[in-house]
Amino acid sequence: MKILVGISKSPDTTSKIAFTDNNSKFDENGVQYIVNPYDEWYALVRALELKETVGGTVTIVTVGSASDEAVIRKALAIGADEAVRIDADPKDAYYTAMQIADYAKSNGFDLVLTGKETIQYNGSQVGGMIAEALDMPFVSLATKLDVDGSTLKLEKEYLGGIQSVEVALPAVVSCAKGMAEQRIPNMRGIMAARTKPLTVVPAAQVEDLTSFTGYTTPPAKSSVKLISPDNMDELVSLLHNEAKVI
Amino acid sequence: MSVLVYINSNHGIGKNAFETVTYGKKLGDVTVVTNGNIDDASLAKLGEYGASKILVDKALTDPDDQQLTRLIANAAEQVGANTIVFSHDHIAKNIAPRLSVRLKAGLVSGAIALPDGDGTIKVNVFSGKAFGSVKVNTTKKIISLLPNSIQPENVGGNASIEAFSGNVGEAKVKVLSTKQPEGDIPLPEAELVVSAGRGLKGPENWGIVEDLAKALGAATACSRPVSDIGWRPHHEHVGQTGIAIRPNLYIAAGISGAIQHLAGVNGSKVIVVINTDAEAPFFKAADYGVVGDAFEVLPRLTEAIKKFKASN
Repeated sequence: MKILVGISKSPDTTSKIAFTDNNSKFDENGVQYIVNPYDEWYALVRALELKETVGGTVTIVTVGSASDEAVIRKALAIGADEAVRIDADPKDAYYTAMQIADYAKSNGFDLVLTGKETIQYNGSQVGGMIAEALDMPFVSLATKLDVDGSTLKLEKEYLGGIQSVEVALPAVVSCAKGMAEQRIPNMRGIMAARTKPLTVVPAAQVEDLTSFTGYTTPPAKSSVKLISPDNMDELVSLLHNEAKVI
Repeated sequence: MSVLVYINSNHGIGKNAFETVTYGKKLGDVTVVTNGNIDDASLAKLGEYGASKILVDKALTDPDDQQLTRLIANAAEQVGANTIVFSHDHIAKNIAPRLSVRLKAGLVSGAIALPDGDGTIKVNVFSGKAFGSVKVNTTKKIISLLPNSIQPENVGGNASIEAFSGNVGEAKVKVLSTKQPEGDIPLPEAELVVSAGRGLKGPENWGIVEDLAKALGAATACSRPVSDIGWRPHHEHVGQTGIAIRPNLYIAAGISGAIQHLAGVNGSKVIVVINTDAEAPFFKAADYGVVGDAFEVLPRLTEAIKKFKASN
């Protein structure tokens, strides 16, 4: 089975979130980048597990600049066979998805996996967009994924519950928690990653449909109001009269 | 301006639907498109919140993503809609991106407000740690609205209900079964949430959490370690890798408040933290704090809520 996993870089979850250039750009000063956790822990690791059970190849693809190659090598160290970097600034979800779809179309994959969203944009857009561009079915927010011949059996998050579905390959799936456990790359993996193929391909001509014009951060919380554990009536009265939430 | 609002009516029509129609009404003349086994009396309610027309395909009960995309695209064409609004739920995350590509319409995902004066729309980014303003570069746009972002307004209108069939083709994704928590309030839609963490020491102690949730009419949630060790189901896990919620009130007991947990709840309007450790980082993100033992505080709070409800 030929599996393509779309990965994105994300700021480490403990990064300070600040903006620069008159609040129009994310301030990358001192920020460590990681593989977006949904792409890595769930999509990539499940792809590797499938390869280990049914055979095949796992290719990772990202849209980004040369500076993203450290993040790509990390994904290779976890176990992907090869990496592809589409050489472009990922302007918006549509732009990114069309680049990946373009690559997937000309190389033919049975299964395309993405994380359910990135932890910086939380858009949940790229997977579904790739699916539409490839005219493939899309299963979003999958928490379980098994292959039975040419059929995928999946569980997915569904309005506060779980839905079981099946779909014939080829298909696109976005992956959420539950699908696999995080894998820490070992020394052999890290060494092997250095020599695995990383192909750079030029970007396709695509326009972007949206753009971020600016960012704001929520106003700082005023300090916490402490209530005695013996006086829950006071807490209830504050929630009713002051916070007006009950 | 013609606005198309997609409503998921699989489990009745509720608050999220009213919010989405209210949002659409502020932008223009609202047509609703929906599908599935839903009675006209429930659909008529959408008229009270501002829908002027409702297109319903009752035969389409378990559509897959491609069928639903076609249904909505066809409805948008029929009414000449240049704006399509979704509630940002699991279905929108499945469909809206497809529709964006099909119609070449810029998608604003996770909107939290109406468009600003310059036409940009605010969305949640960085897992709730910031807001971004999104400009749509296309004439057609799709907006996926985060629940609890707008107050539903009953404007007392009437909607015409029309049968609609979208010529949607065959389903490729087959639904085998759907499990939903019986009688519970779905966590993503809940206005009030009671959550607990490792501080509760074991799954057998969740009774005091459920009692408080019941007294309040709240949904229950939990922290990551608690769902990882199987004390509570995964769908209750809120945080960076679980689900992000933005209820009006989030009560957290025995949760220290790691940054990954905060990422899932910092959109909450009011946060109450109960923890024995006065140094727990969660207190910094809280509006109200109780330094005390959850095993004593939760039952007391439940009693206080009951007393309050009885007298109000």
